Amino acid sequence: MDLKDLYRDVILDHNKRPRNFGVLAPPAVGAKGHNPLCGDQLTIYVDLANGLIRDVKFEGSGCAISVASASLMTEAVKGLDAGAFAALHARVHDVLTRHDADIPTDLGKLAALGGVREYPARVKCASLSWRTLEAALAGANAVTTE
Amino acid sequence: MNRQPAYDLAAVRADFPILARPIRGKPLVYLDNGASAQRPVAVIDAERRYAMETHANVHRGVHTLSQRATDAFEGARERVRRFLNARSTREIIFTRGTTESVNLVAQSYARPKLQPGDEILVTRLEHHANIVPWQLVCEATGARLVVVPISERGEVDPDDVRRLISPRTRLLGIAHVSNALGTVLPVAEMIEIAHAAGVPVLVDGAQAVPHMRIDVQALDADFYVFSGHKLYGPDGIGILYGRESLLAAMPPWQGGGDMILHVSFEGTTYNELPYKFEAGTPHMSGAVGLAAAIDYVDGIGLENIGAWESTLLAHAHERLGAIEGLRIIGTAAHKAGLVSFVVDGVHPHDLGTILDEEGVAIRTGHHCAMPAIEFFKVPATARASFGLYTTLEEIDRLAEAIETARNLFR
Repeated sequence: MDLKDLYRDVILDHNKRPRNFGVLAPPAVGAKGHNPLCGDQLTIYVDLANGLIRDVKFEGSGCAISVASASLMTEAVKGLDAGAFAALHARVHDVLTRHDADIPTDLGKLAALGGVREYPARVKCASLSWRTLEAALAGANAVTTE
Repeated sequence: MNRQPAYDLAAVRADFPILARPIRGKPLVYLDNGASAQRPVAVIDAERRYAMETHANVHRGVHTLSQRATDAFEGARERVRRFLNARSTREIIFTRGTTESVNLVAQSYARPKLQPGDEILVTRLEHHANIVPWQLVCEATGARLVVVPISERGEVDPDDVRRLISPRTRLLGIAHVSNALGTVLPVAEMIEIAHAAGVPVLVDGAQAVPHMRIDVQALDADFYVFSGHKLYGPDGIGILYGRESLLAAMPPWQGGGDMILHVSFEGTTYNELPYKFEAGTPHMSGAVGLAAAIDYVDGIGLENIGAWESTLLAHAHERLGAIEGLRIIGTAAHKAGLVSFVVDGVHPHDLGTILDEEGVAIRTGHHCAMPAIEFFKVPATARASFGLYTTLEEIDRLAEAIETARNLFR
């Protein structure tokens, strides 16, 4: 295992310069995600229009994997409805956890998260933002990975 | 500074089989002793021998093995008594570990006494195991938890203990050594202050017993608790030392076998100390293994271990302190062998993964001491904690691995 497989350039870049970092004002809704194991705390804001994700932003602090995953997610989910988000979330979850699955070729930059599967302790870091957005879409306001 | 311990480091390392196994293709550098220390062959063999030659249930049978098992178990209790210099084996209670020991005191000593408005005093640097059991009894009784502050260096000022003890204080709970910061607290002075106000003291010695000689009579501690697995012994076994007069007045915590003399549906007569607090079949092989661990560290000498760990700590402060962007969290004048730190631009969790790739095992996170870590306004730290087998070269490898992480995140 090579560290560069986990910390690919895309991950390092999104950690250093997270995209869509910030706050969305109401009527956008927010949800907080917390990973007590490493102290990661993220808030995801989502602005819905006609059932579609019109805009999404996040703020908070965390390890490189959780920040990059959140940043990559915000780029990938704009324009999706809840069902399409759930489908993408499921595919990303497989990428993060299933050793036997091929990394889909149509996932774009999200495929960079594929290195996480070799580091089971880090799956929670990568999945925190996804689970938090899922909670925000479901109307919940907090999620914890413990 | 002495570059060698007073004992044969290579021979000692050979006593710990796990130290020879590679991690991710590299020699293991085990710097997570504060979470759990590794075990020498002497401990592994003692448990194995107990299982192969001695095992039966204790305190029950008339048959030979039951007697042998009882002798081994009670022999272990006597070994712990001598280790702590307690007056009597009636003061040595076997538990599952530090956490269970604190909970026992909270539920059996504190809870029946506490009235609404009463206070339990703890410090800000406590492990959650010395916070949450008190919160539980406070919730149940209407008592309050009062917190002694810490300084920017991670020290506790005994004068703050003096200031915060009130007529309502019913117990002071303090760590002997902070697991998150490494601070060695002036527990003897704090105990003296508490006793002057008539307040008993529980000392959480989980991080202290592997590093220094403990004399509960000299300290005048009322309760002293620790775990076997941080002392190079087995997991699942720990100790509650309690002053006999206090233990004698406390009701049993859990009910079951071993803790009773006579049971009828009209009423049950409890067993005498220490059995009153040991309901159910105890962890016999764990007790035997703990006694072997105590023999092992005493054979090397806790003074020698402590002196070597001071050398390691000074070397770690020097090497880590020279790394650009590294900040040591917890800079008390008197520290045990551990260093908590953060590195600019590298989250502790990433650092932990990168170090592991280099074979270096450290702890990252809040170390079950969230109030202490939050005081330093960081979400988490990386923590390297040393043991009697740690070498100066291992600390060099730690420093090199941190540089690798910094380069990756540059």
